[in-house]
Amino acid sequence: MQPFEQIVTAYGPMVLRVCRAVLGPEDADDAWSETFVAAMRAYPGLPAGANVEAWLVTIAHRKAIDVTRAAARRPTPVEALPERPSRTGRPEDWDGDLWQALRGLPAKQRQAVAYHYLAGLPYKEIAGLLGGSTDAARRAAADGLRTLRSTYPATDHEEMAR
Amino acid sequence: MNTAQDPQHLLAALPADDEPALARLHDRLADRAEREGILDVAYRTLDTPVGSLLIAATARGLVRVAFAVQDHDAALRLLADQVSPRVLHAPVRLDAASRQIEEYFTGRRTGFDLPLDWRLSRGFRRDVLSHLPDIGYGRTETYAQVAAATGRPRAVRAVGTACATNPLPIVVPCHRVVRSDGTPGGYAGGPEAKRTLLALETG
Repeated sequence: MQPFEQIVTAYGPMVLRVCRAVLGPEDADDAWSETFVAAMRAYPGLPAGANVEAWLVTIAHRKAIDVTRAAARRPTPVEALPERPSRTGRPEDWDGDLWQALRGLPAKQRQAVAYHYLAGLPYKEIAGLLGGSTDAARRAAADGLRTLRSTYPATDHEEMAR
Repeated sequence: MNTAQDPQHLLAALPADDEPALARLHDRLADRAEREGILDVAYRTLDTPVGSLLIAATARGLVRVAFAVQDHDAALRLLADQVSPRVLHAPVRLDAASRQIEEYFTGRRTGFDLPLDWRLSRGFRRDVLSHLPDIGYGRTETYAQVAAATGRPRAVRAVGTACATNPLPIVVPCHRVVRSDGTPGGYAGGPEAKRTLLALETG
């Protein structure tokens, strides 16, 4: 079995992208931490040849739900992001416009987009996580992506992609 | 390709590898894992006059010291197989060991005072290794003398094997075991490393 450190190195970046896309910048760190603590706890029992991406995304999916619930119970709500997100030049800042657009999606569409396009999970696996059929998962991702294309300003992501 | 239509470009504002954030999260994970008792093996590397050393500890104590020539990745894989796959780069647990090894290399320390986890060594090899700390700083014994001291005077080659497979070199001083002709003999960290350590101790 690989040392768990290698799992963190190999999949940590992907899980962070997924957590950020599903939860936004405020809560993504907590979800990432909870995911990797739970994964490390369970790791010795992971069957040989298991799909590590799918396993981690499954844990992240559950932890994101927990974090969302905990956030909803917090006495003081997190302040809304400013209209125009600051670009302070810190490398860990990412485009707040994208999160504004993602946040506008229904949760299932946001999750389907993240799990398919950021984690590379097949729709069959995503359906297992979200409930419903494989086709429904595929539609959720397609609908989510279509909305994103219209709500997320094109100039920004063309510039960011370069 | 029309970039505006490509989902990967659409999501490109999410950094693929946000190193500062991941470094911070990794530290937080190591801290949580330690507090929750799931950090079975913590490790770090240390730059020394004999090259980069990998040092690893369980909750019981220092379990492995590996030279760069022994391949740190291979050493970590072995720890994952023989101790637990819950292995994490977590330097805090190794603060005392790092400090003592640094002091040793600057000549300010002649003996180690660290809890040791002997689980990677068994049987006669372990008997041999537990004798080694009795060879004082700056002194040497021959393979034959060590064999006699562990009650098996004819097991000279087995003593050589025990030293060559010492999971805790430097801290458990197998470098102080030399050939009867006075030449240093083999060493897990390479003959040059053995000469460096012996020279350091006879300063």
